Amino acid sequence: MKFRTFAWFVGPSVLMMLLFIAFPLVSVFLQSFQVTQPVVETVEVETCTPGFVGQTCVTETKTTPVLDANGNPVTTTEWVGLLSYTRLLQFDQVGAAIASGAFSSILAIDFWKALRFTLTFTLVTLPLVIGLGLAIALAVNNAARSVRGQIIFVSLLPFIITPVIGALSIRWLFYGDGIVTALLEDMLATDISVAANGWAIEFLMMFYRVWHVAPFAFVIFYAGLQTVNQDTLESAIIDGASRFERLRFVVVPHLMPLIIFVALIHLMDAYRAFEEVVGFSSQAHRITLQWLTYDLLTPDDAGNRAISRASASAMLTMIGIVILLIPLLRRTWRDHKGSAR
Amino acid sequence: MATAKAMQQPFSLRFASASFLTLWCLIAAFPIVWIAVMSFKSPVDAFSANPLNVVFGPATRADGNGLSLLDIAVGLAVLVGAGRIAFTQLPRWVARFTPKGLIVVGWLVGAGAFAAAFLLVFFGLLPPVLAVLNSIAGPLGTPIIGLTAEHYYAVWVENQFWRNFQNSLIVTAGVVTVSLTVGTLAGYGLARSGSNLAFWILIVALVFRALPHSVLVAGYLPVFINSAEILRPILGENAPTLYGQPLAVIAVLVAINQPFTIWMLRSFFQNIPNELDEAARVDGCTHFQAFRWVIMPVMWPGVITTGLFSFLLAYNDLLVTSLLLDAQNQTMVPAIAGYFNRETTTTDQVEAVAAAVSITAPLFLLVMVFQRQIVSGLTAGAVKG
Repeated sequence: MKFRTFAWFVGPSVLMMLLFIAFPLVSVFLQSFQVTQPVVETVEVETCTPGFVGQTCVTETKTTPVLDANGNPVTTTEWVGLLSYTRLLQFDQVGAAIASGAFSSILAIDFWKALRFTLTFTLVTLPLVIGLGLAIALAVNNAARSVRGQIIFVSLLPFIITPVIGALSIRWLFYGDGIVTALLEDMLATDISVAANGWAIEFLMMFYRVWHVAPFAFVIFYAGLQTVNQDTLESAIIDGASRFERLRFVVVPHLMPLIIFVALIHLMDAYRAFEEVVGFSSQAHRITLQWLTYDLLTPDDAGNRAISRASASAMLTMIGIVILLIPLLRRTWRDHKGSAR
Repeated sequence: MATAKAMQQPFSLRFASASFLTLWCLIAAFPIVWIAVMSFKSPVDAFSANPLNVVFGPATRADGNGLSLLDIAVGLAVLVGAGRIAFTQLPRWVARFTPKGLIVVGWLVGAGAFAAAFLLVFFGLLPPVLAVLNSIAGPLGTPIIGLTAEHYYAVWVENQFWRNFQNSLIVTAGVVTVSLTVGTLAGYGLARSGSNLAFWILIVALVFRALPHSVLVAGYLPVFINSAEILRPILGENAPTLYGQPLAVIAVLVAINQPFTIWMLRSFFQNIPNELDEAARVDGCTHFQAFRWVIMPVMWPGVITTGLFSFLLAYNDLLVTSLLLDAQNQTMVPAIAGYFNRETTTTDQVEAVAAAVSITAPLFLLVMVFQRQIVSGLTAGAVKG
C-alpha cells in the first residue's frame, strides 16, 4: 500500500486522536504549571450613614475583582512552577507526619488517601478476577452443552451493565436496611451500618469490581480452553498426572498469554476506577485518583473549577499508568523487533 | 476408549462444579433481578427488610395495585409469544419487505415497529381486558402479588426522563456512526500496511487507551468553556460555546473510543485474506473501490461487533458526559447520578431504582440479541494476540 493511500485511510482517525487526545494531554501538562486567577484590586470605600450630629463615615479597604468593558472579571494566567503539585502532595505535612511517627495522618491528605485506596483496590482485585474467571471458565467447560448458552448470557449481565448502575444495585442490597444487611443482622444479632464503615465500603467496592470484571476474564479464558491441545492432555494422563497437575502444568501454561492480557486490561481499568465512588457515595471514606481529578474539575459552591490542581492530579495519575504500561510496551517492542528480523 | 474413561470425572467433582456454577449465576443475576423487582413496589415494600415482602409486596397490594394469577398467566403468555415472534417471524418479515442493501434500515424500522406494537398490546390493550376478566374469574382474579408502575410513570413523565433518554440516543447514535466510519477506514489501512508507521500508530493508540478519561477532560474543559472567545477570530460572531453541546461530547467520545476501535477492527480485517483485495486490484479497482465493494460486504460481522462496543462505551459513560454537558442536555447515566444524590424520601429512592432499571433494560435486550457478537468481540482482541 502506498503511503498516500495509507494516509487517506488512517488520516481521519489519527487527526481525531491528535485533536482530542494528544492536544489535551499537552494542554493539561502546561496547565499544571499555571494558575489562572481573577485579577483583584484593593479599593478604599467610604461608607457614610446619617447620624445625629453629622454623618458617621467609615473607610474600609475592600478587594474587588477587576471587570473589563463587558463586565466580565479579568483573569490572569501566571506560571507558578510546581506550586499546584506541592499543594496536592503537601510534602511539608507528610514530612511532619513521618517525623512525628503519625503515619495515619498522611492518609488524611486527599492525594495520598486516593493513591493508597487505588493501589490496594487494583492489586487486591487482580488475583480475585483472574481466579474467579478461571474457575467459572473451567466449570462452564465441564457443564452440559445445552446450558452453556444460558450461563454465558447470565454471566454477561454484570459485565454489560452500566458501571454506576451495577454499583448502585449492590449498594441497595447493603446500605441502610438492605436485605443482605438485614439478613446478616439477623444471623449475627448485631446492628450493622455499612454506609458508615470505611472498610465495609472498601470491601463492597472490591466485591462490585470483581463481580463486574470476572465475566470478561471468564469469556476470554473459556475461548482459550477450547484450543487446549487434547493430545498433550492425553499424554499427561498416560504419564500419570493427576487432575490438578494437568491443570497446573498443561492448561494454565496454555492460557498464560490470555492471563497476562486480562491482567493488563484489568490493571489499566482498575487503576482508573471512578464509578465505584459515585455509585457507593464513598467520597467521605474512600476516593480514587480519577475521582480526585473529577472532584477538582466540578465547580465548587462559588462556581470555580480548580483546573490547575486538577491538571496536576491528572498528570500524577498518568505517571502511574505509564509505570504500569512499561513492561507491556517493552514486550511489544521486543516482539516487533523479533518479527522484523 | 481408555482415555475417555480416564477423562471422565468423579461424581463429587461434577457436583462441585455444577453447584459452583449455580452459585455464580445467582450472584451474577441477583442484584439486577432484585432492583427490577424493587422498582415495581411501593416504597414500604421495596425497602422492607424482609425479602418476602419485597417479592410479594403486601403494602403495594393493599393500595389496590396487584396482579392476580390470571394476570400473571396471560402476561407471561403474551411475553413468550412476543419473544417467539421476535426471533422467528420478525427476521422473515424484515428479509421479505426490505430492498437489498438497506438491511440495516429494514432492521431498525422492523424492530421499532415491533416494539411499538408490543407496547401497545402489553400496556394499552391488556390492562382493560384483564380488568374485565379478573372481575368474572373469582378466586383466580384476586391479586396475589403487589405490583405498580407508578414510579416509572413518575420518572419518565413527571421528571421528564425521556429528555435524558433522547439525549442518550443522540449521543450514542452519533458516537457509533462516526467512530465506525472513521475506525473502519483506519482499521483497514492499518491491517493492510506493514510499515513501521502503522506499528507506531497502534502503539500510541494502546497508550491512549490506558489514559484515565479525567486527564483528557481536564484538557477539554477550559478550552470548551472559553471556545466562543477562542474561535471568534476564525468564525466571527457565530462562534459556539462547545461546553454543553452534545456534538462536542460526541467528538470527544469518538476520539476516546478510537484506539480501542482501530485495534479491534484491525484484528477483524486481518482475518480477511489479503488475496481478496489483490484479486479486486487485478481487476482494476483502486484501493478505495476494493475496500468499498469487496471487503466491506464480508466485514459486516466485525463492524457490528465493534459497533456494539462503541455503543456500550457511549451509553455507559458517566465521567465525560457529566462534566461536559449542562443540565438541559444531560444523558441518562449522569442524570441518575443526580437522582440518588438528592434522595431524601423513600419514594425518591424507588424512583431512582426505576430509573436505574430503565437504563438497564436496553442493555439486557442487547445481550439477548447480540450475545454471540459480544463474545466474539471480547475474544477477538485477546486470542489472536
